[in-house]
Amino acid sequence: MEHIELFFKSIFIDNMVFATFLGMCSYLAVSKKVATAVGLGAAVIFVLAVTVPLNWLLDQYILKDGALVWLGPEYADYDLSFLSFIMFIATIATMVQLVEIIVEKFSPSLYNSLGIFLPLIAVNCAILGGSLFMQSREIPSLGLALTYGVGSGIGWFLAILAIAAIREKIRYSSVPPALRGLGITFIITGLMAIGFMSFGGMLTGGDEEVKPAAAPEVVIEKVQEKVEKEVIAKNTKRIQ
Amino acid sequence: MGLLSKRDAALLTDPLADNNPITIQVLGICSALAITAELKASIVMAVSVLFVLGLGNVVISLMRNIIPSKIRIIVQLIVVATLVIIVDLVLKAFAYELSKTLSVFVGLIITNCIIMGRFEAFALGNGPWRAFLDGIGNAVGYGVILIAVGFFRELLGSGTLLGFKVLGDPIEKSGLYAIGYENNGFMLLSPMALIVVGILIWIQRSRNTTLIEEN
Repeated sequence: MEHIELFFKSIFIDNMVFATFLGMCSYLAVSKKVATAVGLGAAVIFVLAVTVPLNWLLDQYILKDGALVWLGPEYADYDLSFLSFIMFIATIATMVQLVEIIVEKFSPSLYNSLGIFLPLIAVNCAILGGSLFMQSREIPSLGLALTYGVGSGIGWFLAILAIAAIREKIRYSSVPPALRGLGITFIITGLMAIGFMSFGGMLTGGDEEVKPAAAPEVVIEKVQEKVEKEVIAKNTKRIQ
Repeated sequence: MGLLSKRDAALLTDPLADNNPITIQVLGICSALAITAELKASIVMAVSVLFVLGLGNVVISLMRNIIPSKIRIIVQLIVVATLVIIVDLVLKAFAYELSKTLSVFVGLIITNCIIMGRFEAFALGNGPWRAFLDGIGNAVGYGVILIAVGFFRELLGSGTLLGFKVLGDPIEKSGLYAIGYENNGFMLLSPMALIVVGILIWIQRSRNTTLIEEN
Protein backbone atom coordinates (compact mmCIF):
# COMPACT_ATOMS: atom_id res chain seq x y z
CA MET A 1 0.00 0.00 0.00
CA GLU A 2 2.61 2.55 0.96
CA HIS A 3 4.56 1.57 -2.17
CA ILE A 4 1.58 2.32 -4.39
CA GLU A 5 0.89 5.54 -2.54
CA LEU A 6 4.48 6.74 -2.86
CA PHE A 7 4.57 5.66 -6.49
CA PHE A 8 1.57 7.70 -7.55
CA LYS A 9 2.54 10.55 -5.28
CA SER A 10 5.93 10.88 -6.93
CA ILE A 11 4.47 10.64 -10.42
CA PHE A 12 1.60 13.09 -10.10
CA ILE A 13 1.60 15.17 -6.94
CA ASP A 14 5.32 15.76 -6.54
CA ASN A 15 6.00 15.62 -10.24
CA MET A 16 9.64 16.57 -10.75
CA VAL A 17 9.03 19.02 -13.56
CA PHE A 18 5.76 20.61 -12.54
CA ALA A 19 6.05 20.75 -8.76
CA THR A 20 9.78 21.17 -8.16
CA PHE A 21 11.18 22.31 -11.53
CA LEU A 22 13.89 19.69 -11.61
CA GLY A 23 15.59 18.83 -14.86
CA MET A 24 14.16 21.88 -16.58
CA CYS A 25 17.25 22.49 -18.70
CA SER A 26 17.12 19.22 -20.57
CA TYR A 27 13.32 19.33 -20.44
CA LEU A 28 13.37 22.54 -22.47
CA ALA A 29 16.32 21.66 -24.68
CA VAL A 30 15.43 18.11 -25.73
CA SER A 31 11.67 18.45 -26.14
CA LYS A 32 11.46 19.46 -29.78
CA LYS A 33 10.68 15.94 -31.04
CA VAL A 34 8.71 13.16 -29.40
CA ALA A 35 11.22 10.47 -30.39
CA THR A 36 14.20 12.09 -28.70
CA ALA A 37 12.07 13.05 -25.72
CA VAL A 38 11.15 9.39 -25.24
CA GLY A 39 14.82 8.41 -25.38
CA LEU A 40 15.86 10.92 -22.76
CA GLY A 41 12.84 10.15 -20.58
CA ALA A 42 13.62 6.44 -20.61
CA ALA A 43 17.24 7.13 -19.72
CA VAL A 44 16.13 9.29 -16.79
CA ILE A 45 13.82 6.56 -15.42
CA PHE A 46 16.64 4.07 -15.75
CA VAL A 47 19.30 6.19 -14.03
CA LEU A 48 16.95 7.33 -11.25
CA ALA A 49 16.00 3.73 -10.55
CA VAL A 50 19.69 2.88 -10.10
CA THR A 51 21.01 5.95 -8.29
CA VAL A 52 18.26 6.66 -5.77
CA PRO A 53 18.48 3.24 -4.01
CA LEU A 54 22.27 3.37 -4.20
CA ASN A 55 22.39 6.80 -2.62
CA TRP A 56 19.87 5.61 -0.05
CA LEU A 57 22.32 2.90 1.02
CA LEU A 58 25.13 5.44 1.07
CA ASP A 59 23.06 7.81 3.18
CA GLN A 60 21.90 5.11 5.55
CA TYR A 61 25.23 3.41 6.19
CA ILE A 62 27.82 6.15 5.75
CA LEU A 63 26.51 9.69 5.75
CA LYS A 64 23.68 9.97 8.26
CA ASP A 65 24.18 11.08 11.83
CA GLY A 66 25.32 7.93 13.64
CA ALA A 67 25.23 5.83 10.49
CA LEU A 68 28.73 4.49 11.01
CA VAL A 69 27.66 2.60 14.13
CA TRP A 70 27.89 -0.70 12.26
CA LEU A 71 31.68 -0.27 12.34
CA GLY A 72 31.62 -0.31 16.13
CA PRO A 73 30.09 1.65 18.99
CA GLU A 74 32.91 4.20 19.05
CA TYR A 75 31.79 5.52 15.66
CA ALA A 76 28.27 6.31 16.90
CA ASP A 77 28.64 10.10 17.02
CA TYR A 78 30.11 10.68 13.59
CA ASP A 79 27.91 12.82 11.34
CA LEU A 80 29.17 12.95 7.77
CA SER A 81 26.02 14.42 6.25
CA PHE A 82 27.90 17.53 5.11
CA LEU A 83 29.61 15.27 2.59
CA SER A 84 26.37 14.16 0.99
CA PHE A 85 26.49 16.56 -2.01
CA ILE A 86 29.90 15.41 -3.10
CA MET A 87 29.18 11.72 -2.43
CA PHE A 88 25.87 11.80 -4.27
CA ILE A 89 27.21 13.56 -7.31
CA ALA A 90 30.25 11.27 -7.46
CA THR A 91 27.98 8.22 -7.26
CA ILE A 92 25.75 9.60 -9.98
CA ALA A 93 28.61 10.45 -12.31
CA THR A 94 30.20 7.03 -11.82
CA MET A 95 26.93 5.15 -12.17
CA VAL A 96 26.05 6.97 -15.35
CA GLN A 97 29.41 6.05 -16.79
CA LEU A 98 29.01 2.44 -15.63
CA VAL A 99 25.49 2.16 -16.96
CA GLU A 100 26.71 3.51 -20.28
CA ILE A 101 29.45 0.87 -20.50
CA ILE A 102 27.14 -1.97 -19.47
CA VAL A 103 24.39 -0.98 -21.85
CA GLU A 104 26.87 -0.62 -24.68
CA LYS A 105 28.20 -4.13 -24.04
CA PHE A 106 24.94 -6.01 -23.55
CA SER A 107 22.37 -4.17 -25.59
CA PRO A 108 23.80 -2.19 -28.51
CA SER A 109 20.32 -1.35 -29.78
CA LEU A 110 19.33 0.22 -26.45
CA TYR A 111 22.69 1.97 -26.43
CA ASN A 112 22.00 3.46 -29.82
CA SER A 113 18.75 4.94 -28.63
CA LEU A 114 19.83 5.98 -25.12
CA GLY A 115 23.57 6.39 -25.66
CA ILE A 116 23.80 10.03 -26.56
CA PHE A 117 21.61 11.04 -23.63
CA LEU A 118 23.44 9.20 -20.90
CA PRO A 119 26.38 11.63 -20.49
CA LEU A 120 23.87 14.51 -20.45
CA ILE A 121 22.12 12.91 -17.55
CA ALA A 122 25.01 13.14 -15.10
CA VAL A 123 24.38 16.85 -14.86
CA ASN A 124 20.59 16.68 -15.01
CA CYS A 125 19.15 18.28 -11.89
CA ALA A 126 16.40 15.68 -11.79
CA ILE A 127 18.87 12.94 -10.93
CA LEU A 128 20.66 14.76 -8.12
CA GLY A 129 17.33 16.24 -7.03
CA GLY A 130 15.88 12.75 -6.73
CA SER A 131 18.63 11.72 -4.35
CA LEU A 132 18.48 14.94 -2.35
CA PHE A 133 14.70 14.75 -1.96
CA MET A 134 15.05 11.11 -0.99
CA GLN A 135 17.39 12.25 1.77
CA SER A 136 15.37 15.25 2.95
CA ARG A 137 12.04 13.37 2.93
CA GLU A 138 13.62 10.58 4.98
CA ILE A 139 12.37 7.66 2.92
CA PRO A 140 12.44 4.73 5.35
CA SER A 141 13.45 1.66 3.34
CA LEU A 142 15.45 0.54 0.33
CA GLY A 143 12.33 -0.77 -1.43
CA LEU A 144 10.57 2.57 -0.99
CA ALA A 145 13.65 4.36 -2.30
CA LEU A 146 13.48 2.24 -5.43
CA THR A 147 9.76 2.98 -5.79
CA TYR A 148 10.46 6.66 -5.33
CA GLY A 149 13.20 6.64 -7.95
CA VAL A 150 11.11 4.81 -10.54
CA GLY A 151 8.03 6.92 -9.78
CA SER A 152 9.86 10.23 -10.12
CA GLY A 153 11.46 9.00 -13.31
CA ILE A 154 8.08 8.11 -14.80
CA GLY A 155 6.72 11.50 -13.75
CA TRP A 156 9.57 13.23 -15.56
CA PHE A 157 9.08 10.98 -18.58
CA LEU A 158 5.38 11.88 -18.77
CA ALA A 159 6.17 15.57 -18.54
CA ILE A 160 8.75 15.61 -21.31
CA LEU A 161 6.58 13.39 -23.51
CA ALA A 162 3.62 15.72 -23.09
CA ILE A 163 5.54 18.90 -23.82
CA ALA A 164 7.27 17.36 -26.84
CA ALA A 165 3.93 16.34 -28.30
CA ILE A 166 2.52 19.80 -27.70
CA ARG A 167 5.56 21.46 -29.27
CA GLU A 168 5.26 19.29 -32.36
CA LYS A 169 1.69 20.48 -32.79
CA ILE A 170 2.35 24.10 -31.95
CA ARG A 171 4.66 24.40 -34.92
CA TYR A 172 1.53 24.74 -37.06
CA SER A 173 -0.10 27.49 -34.99
CA SER A 174 0.55 31.17 -35.27
CA VAL A 175 2.21 32.15 -32.03
CA PRO A 176 3.10 35.84 -31.54
CA PRO A 177 6.64 36.16 -32.94
CA ALA A 178 8.27 37.26 -29.71
CA LEU A 179 6.81 34.31 -27.83
CA ARG A 180 7.95 31.67 -30.32
CA GLY A 181 10.19 28.92 -29.08
CA LEU A 182 11.16 29.42 -25.48
CA GLY A 183 8.50 31.83 -24.31
CA ILE A 184 5.50 29.78 -25.32
CA THR A 185 7.11 26.62 -23.96
CA PHE A 186 7.43 28.25 -20.57
CA ILE A 187 3.84 29.37 -20.56
CA ILE A 188 2.55 25.97 -21.69
CA THR A 189 4.58 24.30 -18.97
CA GLY A 190 3.04 26.70 -16.48
CA LEU A 191 -0.45 25.79 -17.64
CA MET A 192 0.38 22.10 -17.47
CA ALA A 193 1.69 22.61 -13.96
CA ILE A 194 -1.63 24.18 -13.00
CA GLY A 195 -3.33 21.10 -14.42
CA PHE A 196 -1.08 18.82 -12.42
CA MET A 197 -1.87 20.73 -9.24
CA SER A 198 -5.34 19.23 -9.37
CA PHE A 199 -3.78 15.88 -8.54
CA GLY A 200 -2.93 17.35 -5.14
CA GLY A 201 -6.04 16.01 -3.44
CA MET A 202 -5.71 12.57 -4.99
CA LEU A 203 -4.27 10.73 -2.00
CA THR A 204 -5.58 12.82 0.87
CA GLY A 205 -9.17 11.89 0.03
CA GLY A 206 -8.99 8.53 1.82
CA ASP A 207 -7.22 9.83 4.91
CA GLU A 208 -9.96 12.17 6.00
CA GLU A 209 -12.39 9.36 6.75
CA VAL A 210 -12.72 8.04 10.26
CA LYS A 211 -10.91 4.80 10.88
CA PRO A 212 -13.19 2.66 13.08
CA ALA A 213 -12.08 -0.93 12.56
CA ALA A 214 -9.17 -2.37 10.68
CA ALA A 215 -10.93 -4.94 8.53
CA PRO A 216 -13.64 -2.98 6.66
CA GLU A 217 -11.33 -0.03 6.22
CA VAL A 218 -8.94 -2.07 4.10
CA VAL A 219 -11.75 -2.95 1.73
CA ILE A 220 -12.77 0.66 1.40
CA GLU A 221 -9.21 1.67 0.71
CA LYS A 222 -8.81 -1.02 -1.89
CA VAL A 223 -11.92 0.11 -3.71
CA GLN A 224 -10.77 3.69 -3.56
CA GLU A 225 -7.38 2.65 -4.81
CA LYS A 226 -9.01 0.95 -7.77
CA VAL A 227 -11.09 4.02 -8.55
CA GLU A 228 -8.02 6.19 -8.19
CA LYS A 229 -6.09 3.97 -10.54
CA GLU A 230 -8.83 4.16 -13.12
CA VAL A 231 -8.94 7.92 -12.86
CA ILE A 232 -5.19 8.07 -13.19
CA ALA A 233 -5.20 5.77 -16.18
CA LYS A 234 -7.85 7.90 -17.81
CA ASN A 235 -6.01 11.13 -17.11
CA THR A 236 -2.68 9.72 -18.26
CA LYS A 237 -4.25 8.70 -21.51
CA ARG A 238 -5.66 12.17 -21.91
CA ILE A 239 -2.32 13.80 -21.21
CA GLN A 240 -0.46 11.57 -23.61
CA MET B 1 38.75 52.35 -19.04
CA GLY B 2 41.98 51.56 -17.34
CA LEU B 3 40.96 48.47 -15.42
CA LEU B 4 39.05 46.60 -18.10
CA SER B 5 39.72 46.47 -21.80
CA LYS B 6 36.74 46.65 -24.12
CA ARG B 7 36.77 42.90 -24.68
CA ASP B 8 36.83 42.20 -20.97
CA ALA B 9 34.03 44.63 -20.27
CA ALA B 10 31.89 42.88 -22.86
CA LEU B 11 32.33 39.67 -20.89
CA LEU B 12 30.68 41.37 -17.95
CA THR B 13 27.87 43.16 -19.74
CA ASP B 14 26.82 40.72 -22.47
CA PRO B 15 25.17 38.19 -20.18
CA LEU B 16 23.09 40.93 -18.57
CA ALA B 17 20.80 41.36 -21.54
CA ASP B 18 21.45 40.02 -25.02
CA ASN B 19 23.13 36.82 -23.96
CA ASN B 20 21.31 36.28 -20.71
CA PRO B 21 21.85 32.78 -19.31
CA ILE B 22 18.18 32.25 -18.44
CA THR B 23 16.18 33.96 -21.13
CA ILE B 24 18.50 33.39 -24.10
CA GLN B 25 20.84 30.49 -23.38
CA VAL B 26 18.15 28.57 -21.40
CA LEU B 27 20.57 27.49 -18.70
CA GLY B 28 20.00 27.17 -15.00
CA ILE B 29 16.24 27.21 -15.05
CA CYS B 30 16.06 24.28 -12.69
CA SER B 31 16.91 26.05 -9.47
CA ALA B 32 15.81 29.45 -10.70
CA LEU B 33 12.09 28.85 -10.56
CA ALA B 34 11.43 26.96 -7.41
CA ILE B 35 12.81 29.45 -4.92
CA THR B 36 11.51 32.71 -6.36
CA ALA B 37 8.32 32.95 -4.31
CA GLU B 38 10.16 35.33 -1.97
CA LEU B 39 12.54 38.11 -2.88
CA LYS B 40 14.91 37.29 -0.03
CA ALA B 41 15.42 33.69 -1.13
CA SER B 42 16.04 34.84 -4.70
CA ILE B 43 18.71 37.28 -3.57
CA VAL B 44 20.45 34.65 -1.46
CA MET B 45 20.34 32.20 -4.35
CA ALA B 46 21.76 34.81 -6.73
CA VAL B 47 24.61 35.59 -4.34
CA SER B 48 25.37 31.89 -3.84
CA VAL B 49 25.55 31.31 -7.57
CA LEU B 50 27.74 34.42 -7.94
CA PHE B 51 30.18 32.98 -5.42
CA VAL B 52 30.22 29.46 -6.86
CA LEU B 53 30.45 30.54 -10.49
CA GLY B 54 33.03 33.28 -9.98
CA LEU B 55 35.35 31.13 -7.91
CA GLY B 56 34.68 27.90 -9.79
CA ASN B 57 35.51 29.52 -13.12
CA VAL B 58 38.85 30.70 -11.74
CA VAL B 59 39.70 27.29 -10.28
CA ILE B 60 38.81 25.42 -13.46
CA SER B 61 40.65 27.98 -15.56
CA LEU B 62 43.79 27.55 -13.45
CA MET B 63 43.59 23.78 -13.83
CA ARG B 64 42.61 23.80 -17.51
CA ASN B 65 45.97 22.57 -18.77
CA ILE B 66 46.31 19.66 -16.37
CA ILE B 67 42.78 18.21 -16.49
CA PRO B 68 42.68 15.17 -18.80
CA SER B 69 39.76 15.85 -21.10
CA LYS B 70 38.22 12.40 -20.53
CA ILE B 71 37.51 12.95 -16.86
CA ARG B 72 36.87 16.67 -16.96
CA ILE B 73 33.17 16.35 -16.09
CA ILE B 74 33.99 14.58 -12.84
CA VAL B 75 36.69 17.12 -12.00
CA GLN B 76 34.25 19.95 -12.64
CA LEU B 77 31.56 18.30 -10.54
CA ILE B 78 33.96 17.87 -7.64
CA VAL B 79 35.04 21.52 -7.80
CA VAL B 80 31.43 22.73 -7.83
CA ALA B 81 30.36 20.31 -5.13
CA THR B 82 33.13 21.55 -2.84
CA LEU B 83 32.15 25.18 -3.36
CA VAL B 84 28.48 24.36 -2.85
CA ILE B 85 29.24 22.57 0.42
CA ILE B 86 30.93 25.79 1.59
CA VAL B 87 27.84 27.82 0.64
CA ASP B 88 25.55 25.30 2.33
CA LEU B 89 27.51 25.28 5.58
CA VAL B 90 27.74 29.08 5.66
CA LEU B 91 23.97 29.35 5.11
CA LYS B 92 23.27 26.79 7.82
CA ALA B 93 25.50 28.67 10.24
CA PHE B 94 24.32 32.23 9.62
CA ALA B 95 20.84 31.97 8.09
CA TYR B 96 19.35 28.71 9.25
CA GLU B 97 15.72 29.61 8.51
CA LEU B 98 16.59 30.62 4.98
CA SER B 99 18.59 27.47 4.38
CA LYS B 100 15.47 25.52 5.38
CA THR B 101 13.41 27.45 2.80
CA LEU B 102 15.95 26.80 0.08
CA SER B 103 16.19 23.14 1.21
CA VAL B 104 17.60 20.95 -1.53
CA PHE B 105 17.96 23.78 -3.98
CA VAL B 106 21.28 24.84 -2.49
CA GLY B 107 22.57 21.37 -3.32
CA LEU B 108 21.10 21.65 -6.77
CA ILE B 109 23.46 24.53 -7.59
CA ILE B 110 25.87 21.67 -8.35
CA THR B 111 23.84 20.60 -11.33
CA ASN B 112 22.86 24.12 -12.29
CA CYS B 113 23.51 24.07 -16.00
CA ILE B 114 24.90 27.62 -16.01
CA ILE B 115 27.85 26.49 -13.98
CA MET B 116 28.76 23.44 -16.03
CA GLY B 117 27.95 25.38 -19.18
CA ARG B 118 30.36 28.20 -18.36
CA PHE B 119 33.07 25.78 -17.28
CA GLU B 120 32.81 23.90 -20.55
CA ALA B 121 32.32 26.85 -22.82
CA PHE B 122 34.62 29.40 -21.28
CA ALA B 123 36.82 28.47 -18.33
CA LEU B 124 38.44 25.53 -20.11
CA GLY B 125 39.76 27.81 -22.84
CA ASN B 126 40.59 31.10 -21.15
CA GLY B 127 42.85 32.55 -18.49
CA PRO B 128 41.73 33.01 -14.88
CA TRP B 129 41.06 36.77 -15.01
CA ARG B 130 38.82 36.55 -18.07
CA ALA B 131 37.16 33.45 -16.66
CA PHE B 132 36.47 35.32 -13.45
CA LEU B 133 34.84 38.21 -15.32
CA ASP B 134 32.79 35.79 -17.40
CA GLY B 135 31.66 33.99 -14.26
CA ILE B 136 30.64 37.22 -12.55
CA GLY B 137 28.85 38.48 -15.67
CA ASN B 138 26.82 35.31 -16.11
CA ALA B 139 26.00 34.98 -12.44
CA VAL B 140 24.77 38.58 -12.37
CA GLY B 141 22.69 37.98 -15.52
CA TYR B 142 21.16 34.99 -13.79
CA GLY B 143 20.65 36.94 -10.58
CA VAL B 144 18.87 39.80 -12.34
CA ILE B 145 16.19 37.48 -13.72
CA LEU B 146 15.90 35.66 -10.42
CA ILE B 147 15.43 38.90 -8.51
CA ALA B 148 12.95 40.25 -11.06
CA VAL B 149 10.83 37.11 -10.82
CA GLY B 150 11.10 37.10 -7.02
CA PHE B 151 10.12 40.78 -6.92
CA PHE B 152 6.92 40.33 -8.91
CA ARG B 153 5.90 37.10 -7.25
CA GLU B 154 6.32 38.43 -3.74
CA LEU B 155 4.77 41.81 -4.52
CA LEU B 156 1.70 40.43 -6.26
CA GLY B 157 1.43 37.25 -4.23
CA SER B 158 1.73 38.46 -0.68
CA GLY B 159 1.91 42.25 -1.03
CA THR B 160 5.30 42.41 0.67
CA LEU B 161 8.90 42.99 -0.36
CA LEU B 162 11.62 41.36 1.74
CA GLY B 163 8.91 40.92 4.37
CA PHE B 164 7.91 44.61 4.52
CA LYS B 165 4.26 45.33 3.86
CA VAL B 166 4.66 47.78 0.98
CA LEU B 167 1.05 47.68 -0.17
CA GLY B 168 -0.52 48.19 3.25
CA ASP B 169 -1.94 45.71 5.71
CA PRO B 170 -4.50 43.22 4.35
CA ILE B 171 -6.07 42.61 7.78
CA GLU B 172 -6.42 46.22 8.89
CA LYS B 173 -7.45 47.19 5.34
CA SER B 174 -4.93 49.99 5.07
CA GLY B 175 -3.08 51.25 1.99
CA LEU B 176 -4.15 49.65 -1.28
CA TYR B 177 -6.33 47.14 0.54
CA ALA B 178 -8.61 49.97 1.63
CA ILE B 179 -9.87 50.33 -1.93
CA GLY B 180 -10.59 46.62 -2.30
CA TYR B 181 -7.26 45.30 -3.59
CA GLU B 182 -6.64 41.59 -2.92
CA ASN B 183 -3.44 39.58 -2.95
CA ASN B 184 -3.19 37.10 -5.76
CA GLY B 185 -2.19 34.02 -3.77
CA PHE B 186 -1.76 32.09 -6.98
CA MET B 187 1.47 33.97 -7.65
CA LEU B 188 3.06 32.09 -4.78
CA LEU B 189 2.38 28.69 -6.32
CA SER B 190 4.94 27.07 -8.56
CA PRO B 191 3.20 27.30 -11.97
CA MET B 192 3.25 31.10 -11.87
CA ALA B 193 7.05 31.14 -11.78
CA LEU B 194 7.05 29.58 -15.23
CA ILE B 195 4.49 32.01 -16.55
CA VAL B 196 6.33 35.03 -15.11
CA VAL B 197 9.56 33.91 -16.78
CA GLY B 198 7.63 33.32 -20.00
CA ILE B 199 6.32 36.87 -19.86
CA LEU B 200 9.80 38.27 -19.15
CA ILE B 201 11.09 36.44 -22.23
CA TRP B 202 8.19 37.83 -24.23
CA ILE B 203 8.98 41.40 -23.15
CA GLN B 204 12.68 41.01 -23.87
CA ARG B 205 12.12 39.56 -27.31
CA SER B 206 9.57 42.11 -28.37
CA ARG B 207 12.05 44.84 -27.51
CA ASN B 208 14.93 43.16 -29.30
CA THR B 209 13.50 41.44 -32.35
CA THR B 210 16.82 39.90 -33.43
CA LEU B 211 16.42 37.36 -30.64
CA ILE B 212 13.21 35.85 -32.02
CA GLU B 213 13.48 32.12 -32.71
CA GLU B 214 12.13 30.09 -35.56
CA ASN B 215 9.04 28.22 -34.48
